[in-house]
Amino acid sequence: MKSTSKKRAGGILAGILIALFMVLLIFPFYWIFITSVKPESELYGAVVTYWPHHITFQAYRELFESFNFIKYMKNSLIVAVVTTCTTLVLALLAAYAFCRFRFPGRKFLMGLFLCNNMFPTVLLLIPLYAIMRQWGVLYTPTALILAYTTFTLPFCVWLLNGYIKDTPVSLEEAAQIDGCNRYQAFMKVFLPIMKPCLVATGVYIFMQAWNEYTYASLLSNADSRTITVALKTLIGQLGVQWDMLTAGGIISVVPVCIMFFFAQKRLIEGLTAGAVKG
Amino acid sequence: MRKSKQSRKPISISKDKYLWPYLLVAPALITICCIVLIPAVKALVMSLQNYDLRYSPKDIHFIGLDNYRAVLGDEFFWNSVWRTLIMVVLCVSLQFLLGFALAVLLNRNFRGRGVLRAVSMIPWVVPGVLVGLIWRWMYDGNYGVINDILVKLGIFQHYYGFLAQPDSALLSVILTYVWQGIPFFTLMILAALQSVPHELYEAAAIDGANGAQKLMRVTIPAIKNSVTVSLMLRVIWVANSVDVIFNMTEGGPAYATQTLAVYIYQKAKAMNLGYSSTLAVLLMVILMCVAIPYMIYSFRTEEDL
Repeated sequence: MKSTSKKRAGGILAGILIALFMVLLIFPFYWIFITSVKPESELYGAVVTYWPHHITFQAYRELFESFNFIKYMKNSLIVAVVTTCTTLVLALLAAYAFCRFRFPGRKFLMGLFLCNNMFPTVLLLIPLYAIMRQWGVLYTPTALILAYTTFTLPFCVWLLNGYIKDTPVSLEEAAQIDGCNRYQAFMKVFLPIMKPCLVATGVYIFMQAWNEYTYASLLSNADSRTITVALKTLIGQLGVQWDMLTAGGIISVVPVCIMFFFAQKRLIEGLTAGAVKG
Repeated sequence: MRKSKQSRKPISISKDKYLWPYLLVAPALITICCIVLIPAVKALVMSLQNYDLRYSPKDIHFIGLDNYRAVLGDEFFWNSVWRTLIMVVLCVSLQFLLGFALAVLLNRNFRGRGVLRAVSMIPWVVPGVLVGLIWRWMYDGNYGVINDILVKLGIFQHYYGFLAQPDSALLSVILTYVWQGIPFFTLMILAALQSVPHELYEAAAIDGANGAQKLMRVTIPAIKNSVTVSLMLRVIWVANSVDVIFNMTEGGPAYATQTLAVYIYQKAKAMNLGYSSTLAVLLMVILMCVAIPYMIYSFRTEEDL
């Protein structure tokens, strides 16, 4: 049997290791923040400073005044919000059908959605580019919304499936016994119960759409550019404007981080449920 | 799914309600057909054409397997496949080992664990572009903090251009991916570890099992499935990833970080859509070797729906 001192030593060791991991995982964020508030002289000086001697928000100001960052934020927001809403509605209806009905072809259709998760992004990128050109939606927000739905929709059907399966059907049945029809049971009983899960799924979709780069870089132009692509354009021929780039980075991660922290508990439950039940 | 099998009959189904599930699935299904299945078929078709946006549309026609023949003779293709393989193997195994270690550490009872778990997820929440760019800045050969730390610790004598040298660029990119991927594994493995019933450990202890035996006989069998799924998903994800690499090195220097996904992306950007489709189809065939076992596995576990 282990002695208590040995146990305590183990605890301390674990604490040190956890601290090391956290430093490793968090340091890059500290570093972009520090970079974004350093004046240029310090950024490209002879000595690397771990705490800026002078703090300046010049880069942030420049980002909005001369780089028109607010426009890219708006583009990202439009694309992310529309993608989130459409995906959520489509996925919820499909997942509801899969979990609450038994019908011929159900398994096949579920498999179809499942294997869509496996499609390589780059495989769809090329035909989507050609198709959007034909449809005349290339370089519009619509192009990005459609492109993002290719990966958010199958994934969310799967995610919502997991949530709905764990939601007892008995409440809806009770409502139907009490005289609700199925539609009323769905709206008045099912949706309110599902709300936290829908929020978590919505946050996930929003994050994916907000963070996407590969499609956005090909399917948008100077007008419809999203934040991620705009950040990349700060890498110019004359080198990289690191202060502005990191400032833009900070601005772009803050909204998703806040959303993630509010939704993380439910989201983590949903993401891990599929893997755990095996 | 908890232990309840939920084998209860779903709400009574009469004939006329048979239509409902199809109506509910239809919008999602039609969307998927339009934006995933049709494009996927189109990719196959394009891979058989000399589809190049620099040509006028009437010059685009079928050229049989010419693209495939060209790809198989393309030195860049084989090199990029090789690099993809190295990257996937190294990334996924390191992500897994470190993620596993962190999960085991976090699987203790201490105050603030929830907060730490959430904080450790941050690299996963951040856009890939930014991940690539942050690390590019930290690796910088003139002002990079990694160089500064290594020199201060006396490990390096001089600053070194990690991403500027073909020898170190791929490894540097791989380490970035490892950093980005640790949270995902930690999350999955932690959830699996927490689902192992405590009684199993107690029973093992009563039977006289030591720490290693508990690990081998209780923990590993219990989390095997979840680990397998996570590994397969990660392999596919890393092999497909463009954003991090492209924003760190754009495939350079001297093609040292040109993975197959990056090569496809570059060819597509150069408007040679036929050739890049061919590459993409081949990437998909390679990934199928991983994805098909995953799908069969998922299907089996969905059996008890």
